[in-house]
Amino acid sequence: MTETASRRGRPTLVKEPLPLDRQLLVRMHDLMVESRVLEERLIQMYRQGHGYFWIGGPGEEAFNVPLGLLMKKGQGPAHDYLHAHYRQSGTLMALGEDPIGALRQMKSAASDPYSGGRNFAGHFSKREWNIVPVSSPIEVQYAMAPGTAMAQKRHGGDGITIVTGGDAGTAEGDFATCLVWSSRPGNELPILIVVTQNQWGISTAAATQQGCKSIADRGKAFGMPTRTIDGNDPVASYVELQKAMAHVRKERKPFLLEANVSRLYGHSSASGANLVAGESDCIADFEARLEAHGVMTRAEMDQVRTRWTEEIAAKARQVRDEPLPEPSSIWKHVYAEDR
Amino acid sequence: MASMAQAIRLALHYAEENLGVTDVFGEDVGPPLGGVFTATQGLKTAWNSPLDERGIIGCAIGLALAGQRPVAEIQFCDYIFNTIDLLKLAGNTNWSSNGDWNVPMVVRTPVGSGIRGSLYHSHSFDATMTHIPGWKIVMPSTPIDAYGLLLSACQDPNPVMVLEPKALLRMKGEELIPGEPGDDRVLSKMIDAPLGDRSQWKPQWPDVQPYTVPIGKAKRVREGRDLTVVSYGRTLPLSVKAAQALEGEGISAEVIDLRSLWPYDWEMIRESVRKTGRVLYLNEDTEVTNFGEHLVRRTVEDAFYDLLAPPRLLAGKFVPGIGLADPLEMASVPQLPDVTEAMRALAREQP
Repeated sequence: MTETASRRGRPTLVKEPLPLDRQLLVRMHDLMVESRVLEERLIQMYRQGHGYFWIGGPGEEAFNVPLGLLMKKGQGPAHDYLHAHYRQSGTLMALGEDPIGALRQMKSAASDPYSGGRNFAGHFSKREWNIVPVSSPIEVQYAMAPGTAMAQKRHGGDGITIVTGGDAGTAEGDFATCLVWSSRPGNELPILIVVTQNQWGISTAAATQQGCKSIADRGKAFGMPTRTIDGNDPVASYVELQKAMAHVRKERKPFLLEANVSRLYGHSSASGANLVAGESDCIADFEARLEAHGVMTRAEMDQVRTRWTEEIAAKARQVRDEPLPEPSSIWKHVYAEDR
Repeated sequence: MASMAQAIRLALHYAEENLGVTDVFGEDVGPPLGGVFTATQGLKTAWNSPLDERGIIGCAIGLALAGQRPVAEIQFCDYIFNTIDLLKLAGNTNWSSNGDWNVPMVVRTPVGSGIRGSLYHSHSFDATMTHIPGWKIVMPSTPIDAYGLLLSACQDPNPVMVLEPKALLRMKGEELIPGEPGDDRVLSKMIDAPLGDRSQWKPQWPDVQPYTVPIGKAKRVREGRDLTVVSYGRTLPLSVKAAQALEGEGISAEVIDLRSLWPYDWEMIRESVRKTGRVLYLNEDTEVTNFGEHLVRRTVEDAFYDLLAPPRLLAGKFVPGIGLADPLEMASVPQLPDVTEAMRALAREQP
């Protein structure tokens, strides 16, 4: 891809270069498309009866992909912990996860690598990479995250904890818990607190429920650096995440980052999972820029989408015939010794 | 002999020295107070948290996920109710991740009546806690069992809830903890923080030895022929006293200290009921959807043809709280006369 993208003779329409190198831009695009195609396939599986429920993150790729690319991947406190919410397939794809896992979870197949057919789509979990199990309550991750960050502060090194949630969930007390516990005087924690601001809680507009001008401002009362960014811009997201993470890694102190994102297919399948008019599409916007800057051609970008569509469709076909978990498996893993 | 609070302190000391316990924390758990019941005085890993129970349970989960061994405290179980979905999360994480992530954490919380605690220092938590799968739940009634169960809890790969009957926390035991000095005053001088300025104080820990009570094993406290009492926590010693009194009336009561609520020792209960044919389940949580009701149901289903009388439950009244005035508390949760009468009635019950 990089080779084709860099072939000579293409007209450059915008002179000022993007602040990231071409190879990275192409990779981000690829991962964003992979994640989008995956989510659209999950929605299709839901519609075709190959899954009971869909929830996910189409519209958040421009933020979630850079986040995954910038994470220090691995197991244990020397690496980054991710306390994610259920809209982060982009982060998982950027970490290098095979999309078949998400398809298996959608199908509730026994082979679902995150929950063995027990949990909803988008509820990732992977101990090998410090991906703490995603759970449906929209706030609990904010209460847990200080614990992993505390272990990391104790451990030394530059591993950090990243916790993400939506804007609606910040009304819960656990968000305040996270701010308080991350900034105890003398015991500040290496934690990147992320809020993806999509302006909605299911059907309720954020503006009707929270009076604070910006959620990021809430961090200021705790003395932590804060920033509100355009999470629909993958370049800005990458640059801002890099800065915020560098601060947390080095200072071993918290940072609150609010990213404005879109919610392209609504809350979940419960609200129809239809494309929502009026939300800006980060991939379409990014592709226009990539083309304008001569990074990729329309044909190349279409090719990326075709390739992922075919690949993920093939994986979905494979998953379709995989068995569901055995009824007797409900007793497995109630306790750690029930293996 | 050590009190239960001292036994807990000794167990946590042993656990932080030998079992990898990294954090003993909660509200007022660290210096200078060392816990409102003194159970965490002088511990090297003890620290004070914000006044935020959800933060405490959440932090414990995070610490456990990151390879630490936390022992969190909720100061009174009356304040644990706002953490229930986090307790559920701790209990379901191993299951929801299909065995990938386990959560080796311990939560300790004082429970029950007996200190004139009125509405918010008298709650029980066993009925609610036994509705949350994925946890192991223990409730000692003696210092030595508190020591042994805590040592087991601190080695368990799962979340373990330790319910500490607050009426018994200051009661001294009848058995020495291995390594405990024989003289109470010596022990107190060694490990009890002085009144007043404690900033320079350091405990002198006795060389306590490993002693574990396996989770899931009950203890037959007293042998008897005519009826079985199954209890735990504050009401356990009441049932022993009642059994002693009833002996004079020719009633021979067997008393089982359940100690572990989940998993629990059904085998011991079953065997005892086979012998006596009469069983009283006794605890002080509110009686509707009480854990004892589960035990009654299981008794009816598994031991029906051995029964000489219906299995009985004596528990707390299903009222919104325990009132402060003496007659109110006495009327709300089982007291010695209630226990004695319930045992007598069951022993004499005829079709």
